[in-house]
Amino acid sequence: MNFAFNCARAALVAVSLVGASAAVKAADMPVSIDNFVFTPAETQITVGTTVVWTNNDDIPHTVVDADHKWKSSALDTGDKFSHTFTEPGTFDYFCSLHPHMMAKIIVK
Amino acid sequence: MTHDAHDHEEGATRRKVLECMTWAGTGVLWTLSGGIPRSTGLIGEAKAEDSKAFSFLQLSDSHIGFDKPANPNANGTLMEAIGKVNALPAKPSFMIHTGDISHLSKPAEFDTADQIIGQSRLDVHYVPGEHDVLDDDRKIYLDRYGKSAKGAGWYSFDAGGAHFIGLVNVVDLKGGGMGNLGADQLAWLQADLASRTASTPIVVFAHIPLWTIYADWGWGTQDSEQALGMLKKFGSVTVLNGHIHQVMQKVEGNVAFHTARSTAFPQPAPGTAPSPGPMKVEDAKLRTVLGIRQVNFVPGAERLAVIDTPLAG
Repeated sequence: MNFAFNCARAALVAVSLVGASAAVKAADMPVSIDNFVFTPAETQITVGTTVVWTNNDDIPHTVVDADHKWKSSALDTGDKFSHTFTEPGTFDYFCSLHPHMMAKIIVK
Repeated sequence: MTHDAHDHEEGATRRKVLECMTWAGTGVLWTLSGGIPRSTGLIGEAKAEDSKAFSFLQLSDSHIGFDKPANPNANGTLMEAIGKVNALPAKPSFMIHTGDISHLSKPAEFDTADQIIGQSRLDVHYVPGEHDVLDDDRKIYLDRYGKSAKGAGWYSFDAGGAHFIGLVNVVDLKGGGMGNLGADQLAWLQADLASRTASTPIVVFAHIPLWTIYADWGWGTQDSEQALGMLKKFGSVTVLNGHIHQVMQKVEGNVAFHTARSTAFPQPAPGTAPSPGPMKVEDAKLRTVLGIRQVNFVPGAERLAVIDTPLAG
């Protein structure tokens, strides 16, 4: 009896832990590309967040880490690119086709 | 002397005519003599004056594969451009294409471009635009157009007594920068120019302008000063670019810079729109802002006549 109760309680705790971890996982953070500009230019996120870029221009763009550690392929109109940030820091990025397009992700 | 004076006077008159023609959107012509631009008239007249002139053409920014509102039929307008080429009274010696042949570097887009441009039956010398090298190793472009080129696709050749240099300024672009030639290409350029005499007319062509037109939109090449420094000793240098989809000209010393129209869609004048993206104009106006360029060259005369002709109007 006691044993069964403890087991049930442990299972409940486990379930609530799973629930808690799901709640802690941040929602994806959108960044849009409009008129040759990354918007927002500065995005603040927490570790583990996935940033999703969407190109809304009639011209392809790319999303490239300033240190070239990660990059998208060319994004045509409507295409998306995702990258998950697993470490804190400030990450500058730009479009390798139109390098005057620069922005940053700040991970805390 | 009398002849010179006459020439000068006639030049002034023609300049007036030229201004009118520009306003009417008909076509612009400059000749260069020792780097000083003079107007001389339109295609027929230049031909009559210089019967031994050889000419070549510049096409740019065909963007095959582009299908957005600014021009849903980039294939059709490229066909019209080639129609203009084929209708020229005198066959040009060859053609250069200053990049953005394709919109997304897809083999099918290059196939279509080759098929349409091939109708001209002219030799074509290409340099890539950023839209042509979207694949990581730039293999699709290089396998097709750059087999005998160096590095990312640069090369030179001689024609009609002039030295032609095709440069690549669309790869390895740095964040916050503009177009980029890079150390390897600059070293190659220096070696390529070393054996040329100062009297050799030089024609340089590349996709992104080699002078800074508008830094906010990246319309320039960050290390072009080094290339232009190497060209200072030459009496006649003509720089032909694309990328900005509109005609702009500048003369600095013996160097004349020209950007060409696109055959696909126009882009706004610097700073006149929120972005340099494709500009939608009225359908009836589209062909007045697209076009081809003819360059007439007179061996020994050190002057090039650059004629920009829109598809219509």
